[in-house]
Amino acid sequence: MPHIIATLPEPQRAALAAAYDRAVVARRRYTLLGFAVFLAVLTVAAIGAEVDPAMFWNKLGNFTSYFDRLLTLDSGGRVWTNPSDWFWGLHRWLRLLGETMLIAYVGTLSGFIIAFCACFLASRNLGRAAWLRVTVRRVLELLRTVPDLVFAMLFVVAFGLGPLPGVLALTLHSAGTLGKLFSEVVESVDMKPVDGVAACGGTWLARIRFGVLPQVLSNFTSYALLRLEINVRGAAVIGFVGAGGIGEDLLIAIRKFYYQDVSTMLLLLIICVMLLDVTSEHLRHRLIAVERAR
Amino acid sequence: MSDLRAALVSRAAALPKPPRTHSTPGLIFGALVLISYVVGLAVLGVTPARLAAGAGRFFGIVGLMFPPSPGSAGHFWTYLGALGQTLAIAFLGTAVASAFALPLGFVAARNVAAGRVVHFLSRRMLDTVRSVDTLIWALIWINVVGLGPFAGALAIASTDFAALAKLMSEAIETADRGPVEGVIAAGGGRLAVIRFGLLPQVLPVFASQALYFFESNTRSATIIGIVGAGGIGLYLSEMIRVLEWQEAAFLILMVLVAVAAIDAVSRRLRAAIMGASRA
Repeated sequence: MPHIIATLPEPQRAALAAAYDRAVVARRRYTLLGFAVFLAVLTVAAIGAEVDPAMFWNKLGNFTSYFDRLLTLDSGGRVWTNPSDWFWGLHRWLRLLGETMLIAYVGTLSGFIIAFCACFLASRNLGRAAWLRVTVRRVLELLRTVPDLVFAMLFVVAFGLGPLPGVLALTLHSAGTLGKLFSEVVESVDMKPVDGVAACGGTWLARIRFGVLPQVLSNFTSYALLRLEINVRGAAVIGFVGAGGIGEDLLIAIRKFYYQDVSTMLLLLIICVMLLDVTSEHLRHRLIAVERAR
Repeated sequence: MSDLRAALVSRAAALPKPPRTHSTPGLIFGALVLISYVVGLAVLGVTPARLAAGAGRFFGIVGLMFPPSPGSAGHFWTYLGALGQTLAIAFLGTAVASAFALPLGFVAARNVAAGRVVHFLSRRMLDTVRSVDTLIWALIWINVVGLGPFAGALAIASTDFAALAKLMSEAIETADRGPVEGVIAAGGGRLAVIRFGLLPQVLPVFASQALYFFESNTRSATIIGIVGAGGIGLYLSEMIRVLEWQEAAFLILMVLVAVAAIDAVSRRLRAAIMGASRA
């Protein structure tokens, strides 16, 4: 095969090659510097977090044996050899799991309602007064930044033990996160339908109802479903501080080394979360399909 | 004005009716959502009377929180140290999670995975790990390495490596096939395809996701101390338990400031990374 690729004259080629090498070296130096900074921060963090690799290595066996113990009945056999023993408290745990799901559901929906009302006030294109918009935004930011468990601890003191403080904690945290996402959705809507309704003499509420809502509702629902998935995980641990759900039983079981109970509850929880994830993913895909068809 | 209105109304009445936009299944679904919401409120004991009584007490507590104060200078330095520890837990957890998630993302990606079975199994494994909350992982790790921040960092790493690996595998699956085919055409092997065809596309996305996780992990790390896994959460739950509201408020403020600062830094870094990848 004849040589058909033209080559540059040597001095020109050498100059270009040198320029390329310099660019590569500069880039490598930059990358290495970034890597060194990262390693330095990592070392500081490791000291701060009291990392002890030797201890970790020695105790790593505990991790595998922990799962071994999780799968062992008190009587000594493997859990799957005697399901009725393994699931002895199924009735109570299913009730608590139901309560957990209900806390997540009610909390998400209440948060949805608050976020729905707040997002129009917080959005740049539909907000009414500037002071109101800024206030609503700041409040949403505060609700979003305080972790739901901190809210739960405060509410347990104010409202007493039980699912009520859990619901309120998830409500406020969800309102904060959803409110921000919703107002971003509202800010990106097409304003033509809104202007159309305004031109027909529609009030502010009519503009939202007929101009904005049809554009954003499927997006809102999709975000709310995602939040529901997150909240179910959150509701499972909110009982750690006494705010209802399966968390309290789980905490006690782990702390007191009731291994077979821990494994049952974890199993039920994982099944529950996975079922919900699959359902919600299915629903969200259908919502996207509806949106595309429009 | 009222004439105009009357004219508009009469004209609107003469127009053909618009098609009904409500579908029956949609209405039934909406009704189900509403009914289960009301039933849920009743079952969980959310009643106006309880809400009103609790809200009164809650605002009383908020009143007691002012002015927030650390109590003494000694406490202040303790809390500052705990806040630093919280950040260290979040950083370390995210870094370890990323280190594990990067290779696992390739294993779980459909277009790279060795086969359908590997793809399916790795995805299910990641889902299982992800569905257990960080706090539960913290309790498990406390059993292994004992109380302290190390357990917290491991807990954050456990939950997040699964979530990050899932995101990573999705990024790989949606990556452009062009560079990959180019590497294959030039005679590159499987590793060369990953290194020169996929990694340059995926790495900026991954880095920005990891930073985003670091932000959210600073939030999780503030509460992980509740179960004894280090950080500021231990002091916060302690102060709430002994009803020292001024100190609790001070701790919450410290968390808010720290989270806001991390958010700002990370947002700039993410913008820089995404900008660099586009240039």
